[in-house]
Amino acid sequence: MEQAKPNTTAIRVRNLVFRRGRKTILDGVSMDIQQGSIVAFMGPSGVGKTTILRLISGQLKPDAGTIEVNGQMISAMSDRELHHFRRNIGVLLQDGALFTDLTVFENIATPLREHTDLPEPLLRRLVMSKLSAVGLGGIEDRMPHELSGGMARRVAFARAIVLDPRIMLYDEPMTGLDPIAVSTIRTLMRETNDALGLTSIVVTHNVDQMSKLVDYCYIIASAKIAGEGPPEELNSSTEPSVYQFMNGKMEGPIPFHYQTPGTQWGLLD
Amino acid sequence: MAVSESYISKLTAPVAQSGQCLLFLFRMISSIRFNASQLRAVLQQTYLIGARSLVIIMICGFFVGMVLSLQAINALEQFGASDQVSLLVVKSLFRELGPVLTALLFAGRAGTSVTAEIGLMKATNQIEAMELMAIDPIQVIALPRFLAGLISLPLLTAMFNALAILGSIVFAIGVMDMDSGIFWSKLQNGIYFYKDFIGGIWKSLVFGGLVSLIAVYFGYTAKPTGAGVGTATTNTVVLSSVLILVFDFIMTSFFT
Ligand SMILES: Nc1ncnc2c1ncn2[C@@H]1O[C@H](COP(=O)(O)OP(=O)(O)OP(=O)(O)O)[C@@H](O)[C@H]1O
Ligand SMILES: [Mg+2]
Repeated sequence: MEQAKPNTTAIRVRNLVFRRGRKTILDGVSMDIQQGSIVAFMGPSGVGKTTILRLISGQLKPDAGTIEVNGQMISAMSDRELHHFRRNIGVLLQDGALFTDLTVFENIATPLREHTDLPEPLLRRLVMSKLSAVGLGGIEDRMPHELSGGMARRVAFARAIVLDPRIMLYDEPMTGLDPIAVSTIRTLMRETNDALGLTSIVVTHNVDQMSKLVDYCYIIASAKIAGEGPPEELNSSTEPSVYQFMNGKMEGPIPFHYQTPGTQWGLLD
Repeated sequence: MAVSESYISKLTAPVAQSGQCLLFLFRMISSIRFNASQLRAVLQQTYLIGARSLVIIMICGFFVGMVLSLQAINALEQFGASDQVSLLVVKSLFRELGPVLTALLFAGRAGTSVTAEIGLMKATNQIEAMELMAIDPIQVIALPRFLAGLISLPLLTAMFNALAILGSIVFAIGVMDMDSGIFWSKLQNGIYFYKDFIGGIWKSLVFGGLVSLIAVYFGYTAKPTGAGVGTATTNTVVLSSVLILVFDFIMTSFFT
C-alpha cells in the first residue's frame, strides 16, 4: 500500500509551532507526506486539524518551523508567490463555501474562467463532466440554497478539483453525507488522486472510512502527533492514545474538555 | 497605567482604521485591469446598486422639489419676491441639497446592501474560498462595487435634481399658478452650468467614492458573524452620513 515507487516527499513539515494568543495549538509537529499518497489527519474536535490545513495552504503563518510543498517553502512566501502557489492546490472547506449568488454551473466554472482561456463549449463540457463525476448531473442551473447540505458539499468538491490541482486538501469531506454519497466521494477521491498523481490530505472523524481510503494517517492530540502510520497498523496499535482514539474510548491519555461527562465521543458517527 | 493605555488605544484606533481604509483603497485601485470581465462586473454592479436606487431617488427628488418650492414661495412672498422662487430652489438644489440628499439616500439604500453582502460572503467563507482559488476578492468583489458607486452617485444626483425641478414646476406653476415664462427665464439668467451644476456633481463624485469605500471596507472587515455583519451595516450608514456632511462643509468652504 505504501508507495514503494519514487517515494518523494511532496509536503515536508518540520517542527511546526502555531499559537493563538497564549494558547499553543500546534507544538512541534513534523511530517513527511509522500507524493501520490492520501493522508488523513485525525484527532479530537478543536485540536487543530483545520489549522494545519490553513498553514499548508498559506492562509496562516507558523510561529516557528517550516512547511515545504514540492520543494517550495510556504512559510516564507510573499503574497504574490502564494497566489501563484494556490493555483496548484485544491481546497474543500469544512462547509463547502459555495458562492451563494452563482448557479451550480457558474460555481464550478469560476476557477476555470479566472485561470484559463478555455472556449465556452469546452468549459461547459469540463464542468458537466465534473458535475456528473460527483453524481449530480442535471442540477447545473440550481442555486446553492436549493441544494441539500450533502449536495452542496459534492458541488464544492467538483469545484475544488476542476483545475486538476497537484495537491488536494479536504476538510471533513464526508461528514453529513449519506452512506452512498460517502462511498461516491471516497471512490472519487481515490480515483482523482491516482489518475492525476495528486497528493491528498483529508481531515476526517470517520475511522472506518479513513481505513478504507488512506495510505497513511496522523493522529493529532494535545498539540502533537500522538501516532502515525498506515491505517492497519494504527488499528492494531497498542500505543495508549492511538488505541483510545481509534476505538473511541473515553478513558485514556487524550483529554476531552469540550463535552459534558457521560455523553459519547461522537467521533465515530 | 492600563487605563491610560486603553484610552490611548481608543484615540488612536480611528487613525489606524483610516490608514487601513486608505491602504484598502490603494489595493483596490492597483487591481484595476481594464479587461472585459472587469468591465462586465462593474456594469453589472452599476445596475445592481445604481439603477436599483433610481426609484427611491426619483420619488424623494420630486417631493423635495415640491416642498422646497412651497417654503420658498412662503418666504419670498413676504418680500414680494415670489417670482425668484425657481432661482432659489434650483440654486440650493444644484449646490447643496441634490448632492447631499442623494448621497445620504444612497448610503442608506446601496451602501448598506453592499456592506451586508460582502460581510455575509465573509461570514460564509466565500471570501476565503476565493483566496484559496487564487482569485483576488479585492479585485473581483470589492473593486467593481466601489467603482459602481463612484459612477452611480453623480448620475443619480443629476436624476434627483431633474425630478426636484419637475416637482418645483408642478407646485409653483401647476398649483400656485406662477407664470412659466418667469420661472424659466430666472433660471436661464441666474444658474451657471459650471459653477452650480458641475460644482454639485463634482461633490457627488467625492461622496460616491466616500460612501462606496466605507461600504466596501466595512463589509470586508466585518466580523464573520451575524452580529458582526449587522454592526458593520449600521456603521456604514452612520459613518457615511456624518462624513458626507463634514466633507460637504469642507468642500463648500474651500471651493466656493
Ligand atoms: N479564528 C480563530 N481565532 C481564535 N482561535 C481559533 C480560531 N480558529 C480556531 N481557533 C482555535 O484553534 C483551535 C484549533 O481549531 P481547528 O479549527 O484547527 O480545530 P479542528 O481540529 O479543525 O476541529 P474540528 O474537528 O472541530 O473541525 C481550536 O481550539 C479553536 O478554538
Ligand atoms: Mg476543522
